[in-house]
Amino acid sequence: MNTVFTIAGQEIRDGLRNRWILALTLVLAGFALSLTFVGSAPTGQVAASPLLITIVSLSSLTIFLLPLIGLMLSFDTVVGESERGTLLLLLAYPVSRWQVMTGKFLGHVGILAFATVVGYGAAGAVAAYRGEVDAAALQAFAAMVGSSVALGAAFLALGYIVSTTVRERATAAGIAIGIWLLFVLVYDMGLLGILVASGGEISQTAFHALLLANPADAYRLFNLAGFDNVALLSGTIGMMGEAKFPPSLLIAIQLGWVVVPLGIALALFQRKEV
Amino acid sequence: MNAPAIQYADVSKDYGKLRVLDGVNLSVESGEVLALVGHNGAGKTTLMKLLLGLIRPTDGSVRILGADPVGHDGAEAKRALGFLPETVAFQQAMTGLEVLNFYARLKRTDLNDNPALLEKVGLADAAKRRVKTYSKGMRQRLGLAQALLGDPRVMLLDEPTTGLDPALRRRFYQIVSDLKSAGVTVLLSSHALSELESRVDRIAILNQGKLMVTGSLDDLRTRASLPVRLRLKTREGQAGDIAARLDGVDMTQVNGQTVEFACMPQDKMILVRRVSELGVDVEDMEIELPTLDQLYGYYRDGGAPS
Repeated sequence: MNTVFTIAGQEIRDGLRNRWILALTLVLAGFALSLTFVGSAPTGQVAASPLLITIVSLSSLTIFLLPLIGLMLSFDTVVGESERGTLLLLLAYPVSRWQVMTGKFLGHVGILAFATVVGYGAAGAVAAYRGEVDAAALQAFAAMVGSSVALGAAFLALGYIVSTTVRERATAAGIAIGIWLLFVLVYDMGLLGILVASGGEISQTAFHALLLANPADAYRLFNLAGFDNVALLSGTIGMMGEAKFPPSLLIAIQLGWVVVPLGIALALFQRKEV
Repeated sequence: MNAPAIQYADVSKDYGKLRVLDGVNLSVESGEVLALVGHNGAGKTTLMKLLLGLIRPTDGSVRILGADPVGHDGAEAKRALGFLPETVAFQQAMTGLEVLNFYARLKRTDLNDNPALLEKVGLADAAKRRVKTYSKGMRQRLGLAQALLGDPRVMLLDEPTTGLDPALRRRFYQIVSDLKSAGVTVLLSSHALSELESRVDRIAILNQGKLMVTGSLDDLRTRASLPVRLRLKTREGQAGDIAARLDGVDMTQVNGQTVEFACMPQDKMILVRRVSELGVDVEDMEIELPTLDQLYGYYRDGGAPS
């Protein structure tokens, strides 16, 4: 286990050194703060707590940003080290491959978690300062931050699969962007297309299953519809029909999108010849 | 004598359709310094990767300190191993000492020994500088330092002297000889025979995945018995005459003042005596022994005279 933490620590230290962590935190804080300030203008004086409005806008931001950050952190992990020649040396040490990948995963999750907690936390603090904070809003905010990290982690794991499979860094970068486009943009458009093409005839169950199959959609459902108050604000209730997914199911789907791709990446890495 | 520190038994390795190693049998005794010599792509690095368990042999078996590198005790064997890759690279943003500390943690050696280790490879002054600022030679020395972590019993050095200036190269071989006196087994690879003279116990020449020959340098010289060249400088216009008087010798060049011929090493002295009997017509004589490059070429091509 020590070895895993040594590798995770190295990853975090590297992130600090090359200012990755700083840049990510600033980007997330910048977006979050501007959404908090700008985003509250059109709503005017509503009864809803400013923190809840922040949750809605931040989670819409997260769906685009965190998958991208996750993939950016991870696409390079194996193929980049292999190209630079550091992988050969690392694996010559008495470490097993699962330790290498788990360590890198923990390090990357640590970076993501730090940037998200600090970046979004800043916005949350501002929102809280400007309005009343009740326990429910605070809980919703914490859940949003936590599930944002989980969303990023899912795309970290997907990035590892790419990084372990391809031979060149540039290929990995290209595929990573493709994955991002697919899950974040194309998927929902496709779903809409199906809905329109079938004239709304597609079965509710099938539509829900498709909706839940995408980690980004699971995230959206968890944050925008999982809580009564937030759901009122975001208007996604209509799209979901009558169904109300239990939060535990949505959490399980999000975690499944972390664990399964990570397992696949591990298995691929285990067999890879370097 | 114990079991060999390193043993390849009938090892072949294919990458797809490409056969990069073909039936290699080689063992390195404990405490021996053996050099793998061959072109790029001859299979030197592949042999080292097999020992590190980074790849598996397609056929045959590999043992390091009696353990299978990809088996259960492989990880334990790796702890007793030092490795310097051909192109050594480190995290650019780390300082030399941080890099060494990272690897020391992975090998679970005492971090307090690391400053002394940097001193040993001549990097004490650069310990707190980022690796990004290091020259090629400094990176190579840091690479050597990490390979020396935890006093390994077996050292694998892949083209360790490439890109080093002559002074560093000497210092490097000094460290190898220190290792040898400490009883460490050293397997190093090189593409030049010439720098290995009197620095290694045995040499193994590889060509296209096949082990062509193994033996000490003297051994290889004797077995190859490559021709010695003698070149005579004669008085003006005497070359033809001299050549005629050296009847029965295999002439390679006769013109103007130069007479050149080759002979087997064992006949060299006989010919030198014959030349000295030629008298004042021979003004000078040069003896050219086969170079290590010629020797290498001879074995690389399967022992055919080049």
